[in-house]
Amino acid sequence: MKDILKSFLGVFIGLGVGLLVVVAVGENPLVVLKAMTGALVSSPYDIGMTLFYTTPLIFTGLAVAIPLRAGLFNIGAEGQLMVGAMAAAVLPQVVSSPFLAVFGAILISGIWGGLIGWLKARRGAHEVIVSILMNFIAVGITSTLANGMFKDPDSQLGETAPVAEVFHSVPFSFFAGAPTGVYTVFALFLPYLLYGVMKRSVWGYQLRAVGLNETAATLYGIERGRVWILAMMAAGAVAGFVGCMEVFGNAHKFRMGFSPEWGFSGIAVALLARGKFSAIVPSALLFGMISKGSLALELETEKMTREYAMVLQGIIILSVTLTHAYKKRAK
Amino acid sequence: MEEWVFPVLRTATPLVFASMGGLWCERSGVIQIGLEGFMLLGAFFGAFFALALKSVFLGFLGAGLIGAILGGVFGIAVIRFRANQIITGTAINLFAAGLTPILCKAVYGSANSSARVDFTEPLLWGPLVAAGLCAVVSWALFLWTPWGLRMRFAGEHPEALQNAGVSVVRYRWMGVVLAGVLASVGGAMLSVFLSSSFVRGMSAGRGFIALAALILGRWNPGLTVMGCFLFAFTDLMQGRLQGHEWFGIKVADPMVHTFPYAVTLFILAFVMGRSRAPKALGEPW
Repeated sequence: MKDILKSFLGVFIGLGVGLLVVVAVGENPLVVLKAMTGALVSSPYDIGMTLFYTTPLIFTGLAVAIPLRAGLFNIGAEGQLMVGAMAAAVLPQVVSSPFLAVFGAILISGIWGGLIGWLKARRGAHEVIVSILMNFIAVGITSTLANGMFKDPDSQLGETAPVAEVFHSVPFSFFAGAPTGVYTVFALFLPYLLYGVMKRSVWGYQLRAVGLNETAATLYGIERGRVWILAMMAAGAVAGFVGCMEVFGNAHKFRMGFSPEWGFSGIAVALLARGKFSAIVPSALLFGMISKGSLALELETEKMTREYAMVLQGIIILSVTLTHAYKKRAK
Repeated sequence: MEEWVFPVLRTATPLVFASMGGLWCERSGVIQIGLEGFMLLGAFFGAFFALALKSVFLGFLGAGLIGAILGGVFGIAVIRFRANQIITGTAINLFAAGLTPILCKAVYGSANSSARVDFTEPLLWGPLVAAGLCAVVSWALFLWTPWGLRMRFAGEHPEALQNAGVSVVRYRWMGVVLAGVLASVGGAMLSVFLSSSFVRGMSAGRGFIALAALILGRWNPGLTVMGCFLFAFTDLMQGRLQGHEWFGIKVADPMVHTFPYAVTLFILAFVMGRSRAPKALGEPW
């Protein structure tokens, strides 16, 4: 309970400091606040869009949080979700069932993630460096494919041909056109499902054991490397759902640069949740609202850009970390 | 010779500064993931101060100053409050990635690039000599001075340093601030030396590459510089291979673009053996 209070305090301090940045570049913080909060819940469409921005953050937040429990820091969710999206856009040409297409896409992004785990476990390469390098490689591969082999011949942009109608996930009509559908519902349940897996399954137990005390886990007979690989595979698979959501639920094709750095925002989501699965949804909701809100900034203010979301992410995770780390010094 | 040596040295300049900053910080026992953020802010403020004060030198100085402040913020979090070093570094990276386009738009009217630094002749030797000095001085201080020895002890065996009556916190502070200063100056090299304006996201992973160079170089100044050269070389190759044909097959440009990252990954994973990090790296004191 006390932990939650500390997190809230950290978020409020972070938002306050974030507004100082606004003042520093010469904008009125009240105008910025109004612009950011104005269109969050004012119509069913806006509610739908806020949820739409929250959904990928739940997935990427989990993609960071799962390996975090095993003691790994995954900053490769961005590459994993791109690989997943490319797979989702291409697989419908091969398979006929939407279920198989989704499964194949998350399998491929899972393998991409697992590769990071493998390089860490078997080759001793640091996962942070490996994941950032693999992000660049994922961008290279997917944009090469989107401009070459799988390019839509009818389009001038680097994007794949649209997938067939059977694969589309239909958005809920309540949200008046916002692309919010089954993926959002699934995302809202997934963290709690995984929470159960972590608490009740052997696999979850081993993962937590490795994260809490590597030496003890090894002595107990848990193979550390295997856990790392599986944790990173799971992370890649979960990040792959972002690709599925984008391709099947939103754009119906792979577009170059479709992700506004959701993978990196996922880091902020997981860290604000302090790696706890039960806190991923509220944390993603906060950053989803911030992402959605900062889109309005470019229209309603002169100097602010949508990147203000990242400024707030950075400041909030720093201030939350500090409120948790703060202890009165012993005299 | 002319065609490769000089360009490799030029391309390696920002990396040498950043990786030397990372070296001081990590050898003193503090993980430094925030190099990328320091570099990006350094790139912006280098161009900003150079343009505002009409002096390239003051541009570098200003970037270094901003770096010292950022290093200070980082230090307060990880040393004073013992916050998680990886999380704090990540926060700095996110903050820098978000703040630079906003500052750029506020000052120059465009979030994508700054005004051009075109009031002086292109720099030739100055930054190269400075980078060389930075590496040589780091190396000499490390191996031959009591200061360097204490720095290493702060990262290897802080208890021993403490027992010898030397403050571990003080040496870690120096490491952290040096990382901020050097990485920011390295970033300023990108905007003021290698090109002539700040461009959004121009660090493009170089902070992480500098870290990779540090790991490739086994946290050793000389070998780390070699790692920087290696990346600079592959980066240049990448530029020259764009649009090139091999046996009649044209490799797409985005694919060629990944070449330096792929080579770095390959070497990290398959060529070098495990490299041993400073023993107390990441442990708060």
